[in-house]
Amino acid sequence: MQQLLLLGDEAIAQGAIDAGLSGIYAYPGTPSTEIMEYVQHNEVALSRKIHSKWSANEKTAMESAIGMSYAGKRAIVCMKHVGLNVAADGFVNAAVTGANGGLIVVAADDPSMHSSQNEQDSRFYGKFAMIPIFEPANQQEAYEMTYNGFKFSEKYGFPILLRLTTRLAHSRAGVGQRTLQNENTLALPQDKRQFVLLPSIARKRFKTLLETQAKFEEESENSPYNEYFDAKDKSLGIIACGIAYNYLMENFPNGCPYPVLKIGQHPLPRKKIERLANECKEILVLEDGFPFVEEQLKGFFEKFKIKGRLDGTLSRDGELNPNKVAVALGFVQVLGKPIPEVVQGRPPMFCAGCGHIDVYNALKETLKEYGDGHVFSDIGCYTLGALPPFEVVNSCVDMGASITMAKGAADAGLHPAVAVIGDSTFIHSGITGLLDTVIEKTSITVIISDNSTTGMTGGQDSHAVGRLVDICKGLGVEPEHIRTIVPLKKNHEEMVRIMKEEFEYKGVSVIIPQRECIQTAGRKAREKSKKD
Amino acid sequence: MKLDIILAGVGGQGIISIASVIGSAALKNNLFLKQSEVHGMSQRGGDVQSHLRISNQLIYSDLIPQGAADLILSIEPMESLRYLPYLSQTGWLVTNTEPYKNIQNYPEMEAILKEIESQPRHLSLNADEMAKSINALKSMNIVMLGAASLYIPISYESLEDGIRDIFGKKGSDIVNMNLQAMKLGRDFAEKSKK
Repeated sequence: MQQLLLLGDEAIAQGAIDAGLSGIYAYPGTPSTEIMEYVQHNEVALSRKIHSKWSANEKTAMESAIGMSYAGKRAIVCMKHVGLNVAADGFVNAAVTGANGGLIVVAADDPSMHSSQNEQDSRFYGKFAMIPIFEPANQQEAYEMTYNGFKFSEKYGFPILLRLTTRLAHSRAGVGQRTLQNENTLALPQDKRQFVLLPSIARKRFKTLLETQAKFEEESENSPYNEYFDAKDKSLGIIACGIAYNYLMENFPNGCPYPVLKIGQHPLPRKKIERLANECKEILVLEDGFPFVEEQLKGFFEKFKIKGRLDGTLSRDGELNPNKVAVALGFVQVLGKPIPEVVQGRPPMFCAGCGHIDVYNALKETLKEYGDGHVFSDIGCYTLGALPPFEVVNSCVDMGASITMAKGAADAGLHPAVAVIGDSTFIHSGITGLLDTVIEKTSITVIISDNSTTGMTGGQDSHAVGRLVDICKGLGVEPEHIRTIVPLKKNHEEMVRIMKEEFEYKGVSVIIPQRECIQTAGRKAREKSKKD
Repeated sequence: MKLDIILAGVGGQGIISIASVIGSAALKNNLFLKQSEVHGMSQRGGDVQSHLRISNQLIYSDLIPQGAADLILSIEPMESLRYLPYLSQTGWLVTNTEPYKNIQNYPEMEAILKEIESQPRHLSLNADEMAKSINALKSMNIVMLGAASLYIPISYESLEDGIRDIFGKKGSDIVNMNLQAMKLGRDFAEKSKK
């Protein structure tokens, strides 16, 4: 097999391309972004014209992928864990419609919140929707599960969920490649009403989903990803899910003395688990994320001793690592020296020359006469306005929440109520909220800090470029209260004046400070000079 | 053979390029490799680390256990100390001494250097100045790779091939500049050993 050095994310992308992918849909979000980016730069994908453009948000991405599956072709839709919240409506209902062309939903979870607002475990969504979940332990499995996942999805006519975590998404290893397959041809579903979820049809479809559960379980029992490794010492049996298996084996370089059930495919293989429970005195569950398997086990065997994240053997929150697993196994560890006191924290910060800095300097000055607590922000680089030296931002909840939270606070009587949102986040989930405020003529000021890219995730294309003013006008914001300015030091006084005027306006106003992200601008300049 | 390296620095300083060069060399030598990277928020001027694991046997964990790293290779002095809990009792600390001061409470350099020098096995050098001496400030990270190469059980020629592989797309000037930068670091390390 040819060895490619790939991130877990890239292994998924390569697996999908090799399996005859026709379209990938996604909105950027750490740690899932690189799946789409890999397809965008892959030669086979380019020559086959595989769809690989960013979507406005995870919901539109999910629905486009369902549409491609409807048309009989293989589609993958990728997002970070919180993106699945945005896409949940389409996701859960896609389990009822089922798939036609193979459909894989990838959710990349972020335990320990390296770059996220929470550490929710997407496997619960898979179980909630009642579809099979695949959990790779390494880059090769990420490749295989994707490569074979389309066939699996087509075999049963349902989407599957592929769930990975940051550590695998952003870790590289050698990956062997399989034969490149042809794309599916356009083929509509045999049952033309399969995707029509009117109650009478949905009830039938739901029954089909329920009836297929037994087959999903059978697949799990026989899955190569759910391997049972027997061993002599039955004082403990270990269930290790996904990459937790690696941390376990790291602690036993000469092989694990206890029986181990490695889990990579759900629903859980009940028979294999029963064997482990019958043969071993105690069970230890190792899983990155929430105690998803552990909770299910408690339902299987009420009186059985199960150790894991629920009984305190492992911490309830945070990413697993080899040391945490060593503690759970009762090992005494030799650690390195502690971090010397002289070492200071180094939080992320704005790049030198970033336009958001100028926006926040102006905003901070304008707000002096109103006091603290007036600014609702959103998800993006500009959330860093919550940290010193600015400390001007009072919220960061979910994509688009700046505008709607400002609205709620304005409804409650807060004045001024200011929203700070980026251009890409505004497209993702800000537009509908802004319409709510226009309809009610709520007194809020929305600052769309427009850097013409999706900055935090590395500068992916933004749908907003060149369209923000027209979108706001189209929604009904009064043209004289749509103010544009270039956020530069020399325009500081003017920005303060504009902010002051609009804060005092009793209605909806939008201020658009527009200057390209210095990272993407620099990249473009370098590319241009290379061409010249 | 097993080598666990913690690469450390500040977002944007170029630790991923170092990892890529070593990774390319390792694969060419048919070694197993795992390399975890930091993407997303921390890349914006925050502290970043990469766990690079190389072995002639199957590697399980993408993360190096604490107390197990053979080498900390840091391109910023304060950052080199942040990962001491990972360093094994026989491990080496190889670090750049040029600080990257993007925080207001950056500690006194003397205190940092004192900590570095109190480590039983350390090698420190000003890679920025060395890279500047050949008009290649951007290759400061590769100077550091050269210095650390003495503690990496992969042949120096393989690392040179790694440079050609990783920077080849950018043209022969960039390749040669980085080869020169790596040599500077390597020579320094060899001299210090004597």
